[in-house]
Amino acid sequence: MSRLLKFNIFRYNPEDTLSTPHMEEFVLEETDAMTLFIALNRIREEQDPSLQFDFCCRAGICGSCGMVINGRPGLACHTKTKDLPGEITLLPLPVFKLVGDLSVDTGSWFREMYTRTESWIHTDKEFDPAALEERMDNKTAVGIYELERCVECGCCISACGTARLREDFLGAAALNRVARFLIDPRDQRTDADYYEIIGNDMGIFGCMGLLACEDVCPKHLPLQNQLGFLRRKMGITSLKRIFRK
Amino acid sequence: MQTVYTDLLVVGAGLAGERAAVEAADAGFSAICLSLVPARRSHSSAAQGGMQASLGNSVMGEGDCPDVHFEDTVKGSDWGCDQEVARLFADAAPIEMRRLAHWGVPWNRVVPGKSIYFKGGKQFEKVEKEEKEGLIMARSFGGTAKWRTCYTSDGTGHAVMCTMDNRCAQMGVEVHDKTEAIALIHDGETCSGVVARCLRSGELRVYLAKAVMIASGGFGRIYPNTTNAVICDGGAHAMCVDTGVVPMGNMEAVQFHPTGIVPTDILVTEGCRGDGGTLLDVNEKRFMDIYEPEKAELASRDVVSRWMTHHMREGHGVKSPYGEHLWLDIRHLGEEHITGKLREVYEICTSFLGVNPIHQLIPVRPTQHYSMGGVRTNKDGAAYGLKGLFSAGEAACWDMHGFNRLGGNSLAETVVAGGIVGRKIAEYLKGCETIFQTALISDAVKRQQTRIDALVKCRNGSENVYRVRAAMHEALNKGANIFRTREGLDACVAALQEALVRAKNVGLRSDGKGVNPELAAALKLEGQVKLALMVAYGALMRTESRGSHNREDFPARNDRDWLTRTLAIWKSPDDTLPTLEYEPATTVVEIPPGDRGYGKSEIISADDKKE
Ligand SMILES: Cc1cc2nc3c(=O)[nH]c(=O)nc-3n(C[C@H](O)[C@H](O)[C@H](O)COP(=O)(O)OP(=O)(O)OC[C@H]3O[C@@H](n4cnc5c(N)ncnc54)[C@H](O)[C@@H]3O)c2cc1C
Ligand code: SF4
Ligand code: SF4
Ligand code: FES
Repeated sequence: MSRLLKFNIFRYNPEDTLSTPHMEEFVLEETDAMTLFIALNRIREEQDPSLQFDFCCRAGICGSCGMVINGRPGLACHTKTKDLPGEITLLPLPVFKLVGDLSVDTGSWFREMYTRTESWIHTDKEFDPAALEERMDNKTAVGIYELERCVECGCCISACGTARLREDFLGAAALNRVARFLIDPRDQRTDADYYEIIGNDMGIFGCMGLLACEDVCPKHLPLQNQLGFLRRKMGITSLKRIFRK
Repeated sequence: MQTVYTDLLVVGAGLAGERAAVEAADAGFSAICLSLVPARRSHSSAAQGGMQASLGNSVMGEGDCPDVHFEDTVKGSDWGCDQEVARLFADAAPIEMRRLAHWGVPWNRVVPGKSIYFKGGKQFEKVEKEEKEGLIMARSFGGTAKWRTCYTSDGTGHAVMCTMDNRCAQMGVEVHDKTEAIALIHDGETCSGVVARCLRSGELRVYLAKAVMIASGGFGRIYPNTTNAVICDGGAHAMCVDTGVVPMGNMEAVQFHPTGIVPTDILVTEGCRGDGGTLLDVNEKRFMDIYEPEKAELASRDVVSRWMTHHMREGHGVKSPYGEHLWLDIRHLGEEHITGKLREVYEICTSFLGVNPIHQLIPVRPTQHYSMGGVRTNKDGAAYGLKGLFSAGEAACWDMHGFNRLGGNSLAETVVAGGIVGRKIAEYLKGCETIFQTALISDAVKRQQTRIDALVKCRNGSENVYRVRAAMHEALNKGANIFRTREGLDACVAALQEALVRAKNVGLRSDGKGVNPELAAALKLEGQVKLALMVAYGALMRTESRGSHNREDFPARNDRDWLTRTLAIWKSPDDTLPTLEYEPATTVVEIPPGDRGYGKSEIISADDKKE
């Protein structure tokens, strides 16, 4: 006999004046190889068609389905029910604006982050369609890709104490983004330029270093190393600035 | 109601849409992309393997050039493509890859010296040249004569998507995510925008633009088993079909990928086979080398998927609670390779299957993967039927893929076509003055509001949207799959026609308030069934086998009668079948139809035509 799973799911539809935030219970029979993606879709199709949640790739690559699963932020499509107890509590990610039920607006948050970190290559070189590509060491390329693997799921932000306290804290995903450009030889920004972006309490000096972010990152990004790297680099930059004055 | 004006409105913020928007922005025009999800979640980011361009940097790619790439593409298409377009594509692809490098893509680069590689389970050695050090590297993919697939580990789509979206941010291209286009605004001649639904509030919004581009990706979700994301649902195609004047091209050409994992149909990349992985049967024996001695696992996808299905039918499949499957073996590639260049594959296997591919076999079966068909455009990306409407990427039938697309050619197409079509749109915008007709706009909005009210109030009936969708899924799965017959397709068309009637009678069970996912599903259902009918009916009428369209009752490729492209139009909303028309597959012929060099080669020659 397979288990009967009990789901406690956060419900609230801000667009419905009659709706108030509450938990709702659903019961579902577990099937072989069931993931939260399969379970939530079944609940929606068979029990409550108004239930809101986000999935896209259902394969752990797009980052849509971040939610708090039994107290811990994670990707729902990645999560097999057999790894969970019979009672499963699902909440939307904190920090981000709630769209409804389990769905949050990560898009606006990350778009603002691109603007603040100027998340693109800064260079004065023009592209020449007739020339060969500029060479790059393969190790450098692989290193950049390592940091670019972030899927912007928002789990690290939701797990971060500082981000929960201050709305303007950049968070691990953004600091990791800065590190990605910092090690890219194509980007001509200097340490001082980066200092302007992250050399304050909203940036690297707001981080308390408790590393909840790395613990929950579903892509296992080396956030701890990056935060340490940026802290050292920005610390030095800050000293240099003091001495120059 | 909010009305937003822009020069170019792109429905879709995947690679094709964003690439075109960048081009328009570069020329000084305003551009907005709509997307169901934040841009980087678009399905482009799911592409693992890589993108083809004949840079010829790797020693295994030596001698490669656009001519060879062009030839592979035409053969891959089974001579169903537009050769003029395939030529444009092959010539531009290397430049676009270099441009991407300039914008920030961390391509894997050539490392000089000795290294080993695998082919068909056997180990070989190669030596990369000193003078190529640091140039863009390539890997092997199916159906190609050379190593031509540029990649970043196995997260190519993700890396390119990040760079493209960064570029959009830099150029001031706006992305309105969580916004779903549900209807085109047009007067039967010119397209002037869309009615969209905000997926944050559920409200309707109007977008008016001088040019509208459909870059909404594939529509694999009309099938039950697919590698596609849940947003690849054909909603934007449906709104084109709804105009009654915009034809869809070659809808019967549906690609099935050999290696979807069982049971979830998540894709493991063709790079597995490109890097030397093999397919095994129930006895853990290789079989592709028997059917295709030359190319084996590296024949084109249509061919490999067909032989796999054939082999299972012969009784060599592995039985499982989810039906039969075969095995993919990459164990011999070793831990370093698998956790490095195939890391996403490693993660997918361990997280979704509980299988460790370093030591265990991966259960796979062919599954729906790519839509060769789509909004028919000319070589400039302009849609047939409506002025001011353009399309590119998987959504379009631009048509460089014909009846089968080669691995790595789609991601490359998104940026190449996005660039070409983007420039054509900029030209169009330069010469364009529009007047937006208010009556037209309010009519379009009113129509959508009436539809929504009818669904919420169950005015047309109370059919369950998910059950009707399941009926459509089942019909296609049974009748319009890898192998097709007249009986199967007849039954499929009949079942879909029944589903169409039911789709018109859908009513919601929920209250429809706010974002309401049931309403979103219901709004596109009728259109999806129409797309399904275009697939099935087009397949029924095409009495030959070409590329991924394989008729058991007409096994030959028939160049005499079918060197054509199907155009499917839904002329009147009351029709129960699409109207099919045909045009020549290509007007420019660089390579006359011939043998592909893989797959079976029963061909009825075009020369047999009686004058
Ligand atoms: C798992 C997988 C792996 C693949 N790997 C490879 C590979 O290695 N190499 C290769 O060449 N090809 C690969 N492909 C194919 C390739 O990735 C796609 O064909 C290509 O990325 C499509 O890009 P696109 O820009 O056309 O559309 P997409 O990237 O799919 O973007 C579509 C956009 O349209 C939006 N949209 C859709 N409908 C609406 C609507 N109604 N309103 C508003 N917005 C809408 C979506 O939100 C999205 O932003 C793969 C495909 C899959 C499924
Ligand atoms: S280490 Fe810093 S960024 Fe990470 S969770 Fe802690 S405070 Fe947040
Ligand atoms: S760093 Fe990790 S947890 Fe944070 S958004 Fe990126 S993938 Fe998610
Ligand atoms: S749905 Fe894409 S990561 Fe979960």
